[in-house]
Amino acid sequence: MMTLTINGKRTEASGGAILDVAKANGIRIPTLCHHPALAPQGACRLCLVEVKGMRALQPACTFPVTEGMEVQTDSPKVRAARKFVLELLLSDHPQDCMTCEMCGNCALQDLIYEYGVKETPFAGDRHLYPLDDRDPFILRDMEKCIRCRRCIRACDEIQAVNAITMINRGFRSKVAAAFDTRLQDSNCVFCGQCISVCPTGALTEKDSHGLGRAWQIEKVTTICPYCGVGCTLDLNLRDGRVIKATSNWNDSVNRGVLCVKGRFGWQFLHNPDRLTRPLMRSSLWREISGTEGTPAKYDGFVETDWETALDTVADKLSAARTAYGPDAVGILASAKCTNEENYLVQKLARREIGTNNVDHCARL
Amino acid sequence: MTIEELERIRVEVNQELAARGEQAMPNGELKPPRPGEVRVVLRNCGQINPERIEEYIARDGYFALCKALNMTPEQVIDEVKSSGLRGRGGAGFPAGQKWLFARQALAARPAPADGAPAAYLICNGDEGDPGAFMDRAVLEGDPHSVLEGMAIAAYAMGATQSYIYVRAEYPVAVEHLQTAIPQARQLGLLGKNIFGKGFDFDVDIRIGAGAFVCGEETALIDSIEGRRGEPRPRPPFPAVSGLWGKPTSVNNVETLANVPQILLKGADWFAGMGTEKSKGTKTFAIAGKVKNTGLIEVPMGITLREIIYDIGGGILNDKQFKAAQTGGPLGGCLPAKYLDTPIDFESLVAAGSLMGSGGLIVLDENDCMVDVARFFMDFTQDESCGKCPPCSLGTRRLLEILTRLTRAEGTEKDMQTLEYLTENISMASLCALGQGSVNPVVTTMRHFREEYEAHVLDKFCPSGVCKGMFHYEIIADTCNGCGACRLKCPDKVIKGAKKEPHEIDLANCIVCGDCYKACKFAAIAIRPGPTPRSRLPNL
Amino acid sequence: MTNSIDDLAKAKAFFVIGSNTTEQHPIIGAGMKRAVRKGATLIVADPRRIELARMAAIHLMHRPGSDIALLNGLCHVIIREDLHDKEFVANRTEGFEEMKALLEGYTPARVEEITGIPAADIQKAARLYAASRPAAILYSMGITQHASGHAAVMAVANLAMLCGNIGVEGGGVYPLRGQNNVQGACDMGCLPAVFPGYQQVANPEARIKFEKAWGVSLSDKPGLTVVEMMNAAHAGKLKAMYVMGENPLVTDPDLQHVEAGLKRLDFLAVQDIFFTETAALADVILPGNAFAEKQGTFTNTERRVQLVRRAVEPPGEAGSDWQIISAIAGRLAGDKASWEYDSPAAIMAEAAALTPQYAGISHERLEKGGIQWPCPSPDHPGTKILHVGQFSRGLGKFSAVEHIPPVEQTDAEYPLILTTGRRLQHYHSGSMTHRVAGLNTLLPEERMEIHPADASSLGLADGDMALIESRRGQVKSRVQLTERIKPGVVFMTFHFPETAVNLLTIAALDPVAKIPEYKVAAVRVKRAE
Ligand SMILES: Cc1cc2nc3c(=O)[nH]c(=O)nc-3n(C[C@H](O)[C@H](O)[C@H](O)COP(=O)(O)O)c2cc1C
Ligand code: SF4
Ligand code: SF4
Ligand code: SF4
Ligand code: SF4
Ligand code: SF4
Ligand code: FES
Repeated sequence: MMTLTINGKRTEASGGAILDVAKANGIRIPTLCHHPALAPQGACRLCLVEVKGMRALQPACTFPVTEGMEVQTDSPKVRAARKFVLELLLSDHPQDCMTCEMCGNCALQDLIYEYGVKETPFAGDRHLYPLDDRDPFILRDMEKCIRCRRCIRACDEIQAVNAITMINRGFRSKVAAAFDTRLQDSNCVFCGQCISVCPTGALTEKDSHGLGRAWQIEKVTTICPYCGVGCTLDLNLRDGRVIKATSNWNDSVNRGVLCVKGRFGWQFLHNPDRLTRPLMRSSLWREISGTEGTPAKYDGFVETDWETALDTVADKLSAARTAYGPDAVGILASAKCTNEENYLVQKLARREIGTNNVDHCARL
Repeated sequence: MTIEELERIRVEVNQELAARGEQAMPNGELKPPRPGEVRVVLRNCGQINPERIEEYIARDGYFALCKALNMTPEQVIDEVKSSGLRGRGGAGFPAGQKWLFARQALAARPAPADGAPAAYLICNGDEGDPGAFMDRAVLEGDPHSVLEGMAIAAYAMGATQSYIYVRAEYPVAVEHLQTAIPQARQLGLLGKNIFGKGFDFDVDIRIGAGAFVCGEETALIDSIEGRRGEPRPRPPFPAVSGLWGKPTSVNNVETLANVPQILLKGADWFAGMGTEKSKGTKTFAIAGKVKNTGLIEVPMGITLREIIYDIGGGILNDKQFKAAQTGGPLGGCLPAKYLDTPIDFESLVAAGSLMGSGGLIVLDENDCMVDVARFFMDFTQDESCGKCPPCSLGTRRLLEILTRLTRAEGTEKDMQTLEYLTENISMASLCALGQGSVNPVVTTMRHFREEYEAHVLDKFCPSGVCKGMFHYEIIADTCNGCGACRLKCPDKVIKGAKKEPHEIDLANCIVCGDCYKACKFAAIAIRPGPTPRSRLPNL
Repeated sequence: MTNSIDDLAKAKAFFVIGSNTTEQHPIIGAGMKRAVRKGATLIVADPRRIELARMAAIHLMHRPGSDIALLNGLCHVIIREDLHDKEFVANRTEGFEEMKALLEGYTPARVEEITGIPAADIQKAARLYAASRPAAILYSMGITQHASGHAAVMAVANLAMLCGNIGVEGGGVYPLRGQNNVQGACDMGCLPAVFPGYQQVANPEARIKFEKAWGVSLSDKPGLTVVEMMNAAHAGKLKAMYVMGENPLVTDPDLQHVEAGLKRLDFLAVQDIFFTETAALADVILPGNAFAEKQGTFTNTERRVQLVRRAVEPPGEAGSDWQIISAIAGRLAGDKASWEYDSPAAIMAEAAALTPQYAGISHERLEKGGIQWPCPSPDHPGTKILHVGQFSRGLGKFSAVEHIPPVEQTDAEYPLILTTGRRLQHYHSGSMTHRVAGLNTLLPEERMEIHPADASSLGLADGDMALIESRRGQVKSRVQLTERIKPGVVFMTFHFPETAVNLLTIAALDPVAKIPEYKVAAVRVKRAE
């Protein structure tokens, strides 16, 4: 344990970066390039603090606490430096909050607001890049990029893919795949991890554009429907529809990491092909009702109501059982369905039909 | 290898050399020492064949390593510490202290299980400073002195593997190292169990990535690890967690080349040269408006006046000294009032500049200080790695303003913005490149404010450099009508009869400056205001 | 899976066999890549140069269907060179001597003959695996989807036990489950021989327990597996089927046979969210709910039971699957009340009471996060690692298993081995992923992988259409020339119904696990005109 002073208040810490110790003491230090899932890199300079005895300001996200250290996290000098950095960032930013997908969920916007940077004192060149919509799922608006490199680090540290890097130096540096190609032409696996950590509107979910802003969204935490890893994800809803799936950093299986199917594979939910009414083979319907019925959009099928459908299924299963014995009936459960549904299905087979002919695609 | 064998080679080769007689080895720009110079680092350059290890041994080479290996690492560190040797790569950190930190960090952690080296030494030969070439001179002319220094440093800090990182633009240096390293291995001066003392040590060459910032030690480490070289925040310092996360000492070529001499001649000898806090000698690469340019090595504490006037032979064309830019693009411009200040790490910093790697550019009355600032800013903003906004965006904004100032487009607000930018960039940047990038601007604004004001308020460049911000006028009283200017004028706009005062037709003058340079009688003056044909097009 | 996903970060070495982890279980794959970058050793055995192979210390490119020989060969070398964990073998296992005797025959030279892997590589891999502890073994359908799959699983266990890699952090055996809730469906007794919790239907004690709970007498005769049901349907013995959320007409082997079987049924009901290939043959189609419309639980590959939450309303009249089943069952029971549940939580309460592994699990508890079974009581935290200190059966048993060649061998007529698998961008029969525009952009169609050497002798260029035929059927597919695949082997996925690879696969079953041999079929390939 060591003792240090933050903003005049004595506190104890066992180690770690100033940022973490401050946080544990209820002191918020603004950050941009920092992300809890990524190694700190001290690039954005938003978290600068005064450390007694040091000439230059130091980044709280990387600077370790030491015994007897005296830190100021919100002095005029510190605030002035942060404002300066924000003014610089703003001088190279499109200021498009009105139509920006990230408005209300943007770390840059929040800080510009907090520090009251109404306009930038620096007139000068601004990056002009065309909107990069060459790829599915990921929309890249590099004019909004603040070059915090969270995306690059996520692709490297979390995903171990390294599809994107910084190209060029200094003012001209830009996040891109090698040779600035489409992501499709790189080794990108479209996990969207880069989007999940991007603090601004530079990287966003293409399919979700215009569908809802942060404060219009309700999130429901659930489990990915695809592979056996069972990743936790947050479905983002607006007006009762899924408009996006996002990382949930608190879960214990995938810890905020998703693959392309989990993050982007939700569109089928609202596909017009979804079955919405019970259907019956036209010949069967004719046999039961003696009428032609309402044709469904699939050849040879008519629409029916739930009562008729359920009655028919029960009647037919029971007829087969009566005529040929319980083992003439087979039931396929599903590795896609819930435990509860599967429990009921096998119970149906065993208890009501009397057969153990119940299986599923366990072996796929 | 044993000391006896080493001694045998020394004697033999010295006889051979005596028989060969005085025969200087060609070594680029390096001239023979001038009065006032003291050669420690450069002592062998041009004197021995750098591709023959025996000639290095003949000049006491590798005796220091043998001596060091008979001492404990702690004793070596103490010796170098008490010599007062400080890093020559720019920051001036005490070399022995750095090794001690690395050694302590090494002791504090468990030995690596995978058999990888536990600690590394890196020799920084990136020398990205434009105009500096002292490291190249040593690497090309005396590579073994660096290798020997590295071996001693590695022994002191506890490294067994090292890298020497050489700038890609130095093919000869690389070639000489590629010759020197196998030679040393062959004689058992590198490799396993050196001098039978159980010390293993080897050197690998790494070629630089071609960026100035890769000379910064943490960026250099990234670059060796195969990533894009970008500085990281310190702490953790490389001494604690450097290459592959292991304790690492990064030392400059010149720093290391001093080490064998210190071991041989003793700390006191070295500490006998220089000032209170800066010991030994320093190499400088003199350039600009001085009669004798090139590489020199002088004791710390020498004054600028001694360097420029005694060794450098004075200002070219006997013009007026205006300023000396020291420390390269991250250093500052010192005006005449510093001519008699003894030069060392502290005094240069106090004056707003840096020792840097030892670049020294002499400026005269025809150098515009705003343009000089713009020139350096153009370099640094281009070399900024882009990692942190204060530097990557800030230097760009500085460059934009300075460019405006030199194009007669500056405003008073620009002056305030310049100050605002420089203050904050130095405060908020991640590495010394960003932090130091403002020094040329800060020092020129501090010492030559009137030039800035002339540019902003009068749209006048008093030094006659910034196009469209001045014109020439022939002073009738001084002009003796020699006609030199008239003959030189490419557009033939100077009129005047022989022996009569000449006159420039301003309406047609393009302000190329040929007449100004041609006049031997200082009869042409620089006056405010552009001529119609010297106005710059709008950008 | 004996250990947890988290645990992988602690492994010093990985042996990945029959799992293209970065595509099939991407999150686990990425975790492994991170660990390898930090210094863990990776050994990959796969007939394809999968992404992981690129960072592997060694890649063993064995012939499909030679897994047991390879695993036995590794064990042989480890024992011969005395690299095994003698303490673990002595204290925690039995059957070592018998296995050792059998392994005598699996010399690197012989294994080279069977697998096509150079003997030196087998030795190197064995030494690498034995040298790093703890080491985890990951496998997937590449091991199981063979007629000898069950024996191969035992061979994997032998290797793990030999080096004491069971019951330790960072060690273990990871059979990676393909679908989101295969684990749960098995746990819940959707298998022909077991009740929920793997309690055998043939075991009178278990049966009595369920008879008591359900108030009826139950059959003691193990039922039919999927493939057996299809055979029975084909033979006219199975008359009616109820299919919930599966699409056997794309995913099952030997599709012509499946189709004929389904068509012979008197009655077929399908409950699904889309009009699938199987639904097209149904008499009644019941529209069900997609995951986002459900409340319930999934159990992932590390035995973690997790809460699935209802986020959106189902479209139109699509019904809750649990209510659909209850409604049908209630009708069959002639007593609707006996099938009335308040909620999925109530169903779980009933299931948990009958499933020892789930006894301590309830929706209420799961609100706070998933729980790994076995979880025997409400205050039990769940089990991260199985077999710590002791195997569930007491001593771990080494099973001496012999290499069994694939059922179908290549011959002059069908000279190539077809092996099947999946890709990252699509899922199964594609009924979900083909309805995600971006996934179709990334992977629009099937491209059969074939080695350039094979392709050139067949006159095939990259992107050409080829006709692939087996003894059971034929499909057309575009080809992709790649050195990723071993010469003599071609690779296809079953994601594209229009390129239904299962028309080619063989329905040969493993005698114990009843898993079809998806991984090896003999085929011939020619240019499609
Ligand atoms: C932008 C930048 C460039 C640098 N380039 C060099 C260089 O080319 N050579 C060098 O020795 N040090 C260079 N340094 C200094 C190194 O970071 C480091 O301080 C030095 O190599 C340490 O060696 P020393 O202690 O022997 O001086 C540079 C620093 C900065 C900030
Ligand atoms: S990225 Fe942020 S600051 Fe930029 S336009 Fe979008 S919301 Fe505004
Ligand atoms: S989507 Fe994933 S793989 Fe692609 S660039 Fe982003 S982080 Fe990297
Ligand atoms: S794209 Fe986003 S995450 Fe990446 S550097 Fe730019 S702002 Fe940061
Ligand atoms: S997000 Fe990807 S890895 Fe995770 S469960 Fe879904 S499909 Fe599997
Ligand atoms: S100060 Fe400049 S060179 Fe240094 S890290 Fe920042 S951007 Fe890069
Ligand atoms: S958050 Fe610390 S520098 Fe970016």
